[in-house]
Amino acid sequence: MITSADFIGCHQAQFLDQFDILEQAAEGATFLLNSIHSADEVWAHMPRPIQQSIISKKIKFYVIDAYKVARDAHMGGRINTIMQTCFFAISGVLPREDAIQKIKDAIKKTYGKKGEDVVLQNYAAVDATLAGLHQVTVPTSVSSKIELAAVMPAHAPQFLRDVTARIIEGKGDDLPVSAMPIDGTYPTATTKWEKRNISQFVPEWDADLCIQCGSCAFVCPHACIRAKLYDQDKLSNAPEGFRGVKPKGKDFQDQRYTLQIYVEDCTGCELCVTVCPAKSKENSAHRAINMVEKEPIHQREITNEKFFDTLPQPIRDNTNFSSVRGIQFIEPLFEFSGACSGCGETPYLKLLTQLFGDRMMVANATGCSSIYGGNLPTTPWAQTSEGCGPAWANSLFEDNAEFGFGYALTNEMHEGMARKLLQTLAPTVGDTLAKAILDAPQLTDAEITAQRARVRELKNKLSSIRTSEAKSLFTLADRLIRRSVWVIGGDGWAYDIGYGGLDHVIASGRNINILVLDTEVYSNTGGQASKSTPIGAIAKFANGGKEVGKKDLAMMAMAYGHVYVAKIAMGANRAQTIQAMREAEAYNGPSIVIAYSHCIAHGIAMKDGLEQQKLATQCGHWPLFRYDPRRTPLGENPLVLDSAAPKSAFKDYAYNEIRYRMLSRQDPEHADVLMKRAQAYVDERWKVYKDMADHGKKQDGETAQA
Amino acid sequence: MNLETHYMGLALKNPLVASASPLAKNLDNMRAMEDAGASAIVMFSLFEEQIKQERESLEDFANFAGESYAESLSYFPKASDYEVGMEQYMKLIQKASTSLHIPVIGSLNGTTKHGWIQYAKQMQEAGASGIELNVFFIPADFSLSGVDVESRYVDILSAVKASVEIPVAMKLSPFFSSIGNMCKRLDNAGADALVLFNRFYQPDFDIENQEIYSNLQLSTSSEIRLPLLWIAVLYGKISASIGASRGVEKAEDIIKYIMAGSDVVMTTSAILRNGIPYFKTMLNDLERWMTEHEYESVQQMKGSMSQEKVANPTAFERANYIKLLKSWSPSDTL
Repeated sequence: MITSADFIGCHQAQFLDQFDILEQAAEGATFLLNSIHSADEVWAHMPRPIQQSIISKKIKFYVIDAYKVARDAHMGGRINTIMQTCFFAISGVLPREDAIQKIKDAIKKTYGKKGEDVVLQNYAAVDATLAGLHQVTVPTSVSSKIELAAVMPAHAPQFLRDVTARIIEGKGDDLPVSAMPIDGTYPTATTKWEKRNISQFVPEWDADLCIQCGSCAFVCPHACIRAKLYDQDKLSNAPEGFRGVKPKGKDFQDQRYTLQIYVEDCTGCELCVTVCPAKSKENSAHRAINMVEKEPIHQREITNEKFFDTLPQPIRDNTNFSSVRGIQFIEPLFEFSGACSGCGETPYLKLLTQLFGDRMMVANATGCSSIYGGNLPTTPWAQTSEGCGPAWANSLFEDNAEFGFGYALTNEMHEGMARKLLQTLAPTVGDTLAKAILDAPQLTDAEITAQRARVRELKNKLSSIRTSEAKSLFTLADRLIRRSVWVIGGDGWAYDIGYGGLDHVIASGRNINILVLDTEVYSNTGGQASKSTPIGAIAKFANGGKEVGKKDLAMMAMAYGHVYVAKIAMGANRAQTIQAMREAEAYNGPSIVIAYSHCIAHGIAMKDGLEQQKLATQCGHWPLFRYDPRRTPLGENPLVLDSAAPKSAFKDYAYNEIRYRMLSRQDPEHADVLMKRAQAYVDERWKVYKDMADHGKKQDGETAQA
Repeated sequence: MNLETHYMGLALKNPLVASASPLAKNLDNMRAMEDAGASAIVMFSLFEEQIKQERESLEDFANFAGESYAESLSYFPKASDYEVGMEQYMKLIQKASTSLHIPVIGSLNGTTKHGWIQYAKQMQEAGASGIELNVFFIPADFSLSGVDVESRYVDILSAVKASVEIPVAMKLSPFFSSIGNMCKRLDNAGADALVLFNRFYQPDFDIENQEIYSNLQLSTSSEIRLPLLWIAVLYGKISASIGASRGVEKAEDIIKYIMAGSDVVMTTSAILRNGIPYFKTMLNDLERWMTEHEYESVQQMKGSMSQEKVANPTAFERANYIKLLKSWSPSDTL
């Protein structure tokens, strides 16, 4: 551990608000800050303890607006080279001129082959960095009235204040082992306490233009966009600037609609803007949701958010779960995760929690979803206002399906025991109640709500019965409410490392749901090829482009005949995504839903992720379908194709992504060969699916002709 | 029938040249065009800013989120040997110029003086028989005067001419106050050929989605008249060769352009519409027409309808416009 640092760099200025980052600075150390404020202005924005440290430790203080330099140098949001240049310029590890020359030598070595203009462009970035780097004249006395904000507010639960806050502060090593929960469980719903403030730009809602379709809330990977519909009298206490507008359509005219952006949790991905269909008639660049600088609206939106949180959550029983418009009002129980900005996986997880709520039990394979899903110090799996939420655990990479299978079997066992005990105790608790519980269909939310009420009544009655059966049933009674078991993971798990177990589980015929977040590559470990990687895409271990076709996991699962199988892509068809998830969950048997998830490992601008999903479907690479075994006994074809025949070339989709385009730049001839092979693979796959989906129809036609 | 012609110092077997198009992105297509009778091939245009953007996006995305997370320091295999268009373009010129028997002309659209010169030199080194400068430039900066815009064309041509020895053609847009004067200045600056005219890809609007979109509209014979007018006017007044480009759908269009004074006639739309073998169809039709009308050579036909040779030279000027207006009277039903 470094306890006396000669150099401290702060690349994200928001850390200053909460952390005493100069605590470990040595006397006479150098402090470099990336800030939007200039050298003349920055001192006034420094918290008091930071000013105090700078003065008392005689710290040399430098400031640069690295994001501006990066933008001006066409480097996007990448500031690492800029901050590195600053470090060499001011740290004194090398004489300044020598250090700058060595940086330029390194640039020449790295980019020399790519042409002189590239070298010059990088030189220019270095020169602009040096021009933008300024030493701050440090006053002799502390003037700031700004105190460090508490990492955790006083009203946060005690565990968060005592333990989570220490970890967030970077002082987790100081915690005693006894601070950890003794049974291995860890509190959920904690990401909402960690306001990361990582984006300088956030969406702003234009209430007048909005058509209230809910698309932005639907696709937001971090659940930072929430909608509520509430009685208009609730607005009487609203803060100034809080907008509540009449709902679109004829219904609910005595209610008001608000779309709230959680600006401190937003990562600035822009998916919400690209998906917004409402454009201004006066200015086509302006939509109902637009990216704006956060700073000017920050405080207003925090106030609005606090008020918004006091507005009532909708009652699930009244929700239309089949539409994007209806689902926007349902509280997500997966929020503010640490996933990448623009992540293509997390919108599916959020949607699952909206559809199935606190009944979910999730077994999560190791991978991205286990890291953003359960990495300490905070957890995105959240809770309702009643304190209930999905139960979540991660076992290993290779055994996730089996691990989740354990949940399902345990549920079956406990439910069976509970039902048997209830039958025995029926005369005691009341035959009518017992029969109602045992016969409850529990297919809709209203039916589940009714069952919850019955179970509450049952537990109430059981609490006063002193028999051992009653005590046993009391502990098992909650199992009489239908649970929703989900096994979740990426393609690395489902197609490769955990496939044996996955196959075993779907073969079992038991009621379990599987969601595969298919990025077509091992994302979490840095882009290694999986069996899901398509022909022509480069990945680690497939540097020259994947030679063979993507494993057709859906087809393999369909071959059983008893497995519900769906392929979905929310960028292509959001209604089909919802339908498939609901059908999978309702099916009393094994279900597998494979979801196209765009990823940083595809080499795309993440704001275009949903558009890529649409193109993947349009070109036939990602056909949408649902295979429902419930249709077979009805004499219907179990397979329904939900997307049209390919209408564009695979390369028109693929070459928007670096994973394909890079090969065409490295080895164009081989890329061409693989692209043709990939097209043939797509064509053949589509033909097979089409033939399967048309199978019954052909027979009917033949019969009619005969 | 002697179909031979000379264009920018190159002896060509006939006047039908494949103009810059995506067809020339592939050596097999280029071979097929040669087999079908094309007398030269202009490569697709190398756009300097496209190369720059491609390089930046490859760098940005391939290194995105690098070294930000201990378990994955990168998300792509390390890629140091990729080529961003320019290298591949030069390799294609090299392959085409060694494996084809017809001249291969590079086409360049730069944005910086450095780019124009650097890439022109590389095209020469790669074996191009000539270079066509495709100045796709929309002066959206209102501080630029017409004189500034014209100077830009002349400066680019002069810079490229000074840096290469192979012939250089200039493909022009019709949007100059005085096209004749502009052509003369470029001629004086050493242009080996002028190609009339460039087709700007003008954007269209999708009014349902309030979006701008661009799609390639293939040219039709109706677009022939503007280049035809200026080729006829220019013929005999400049020493540079003249290439006609736009609206060539059939042999008749080729004949018109040659009669106006073109040394070569370039086409892409007709080929994209009808396939590469259509070169042969058009050439056969040209030859048949010339035979039927007892022409002996293209040379004989060249410029026969130019302004300096037609019986009524004013037909190309304002007088003809007035006559045309007088000849047209609206119908009563309008």
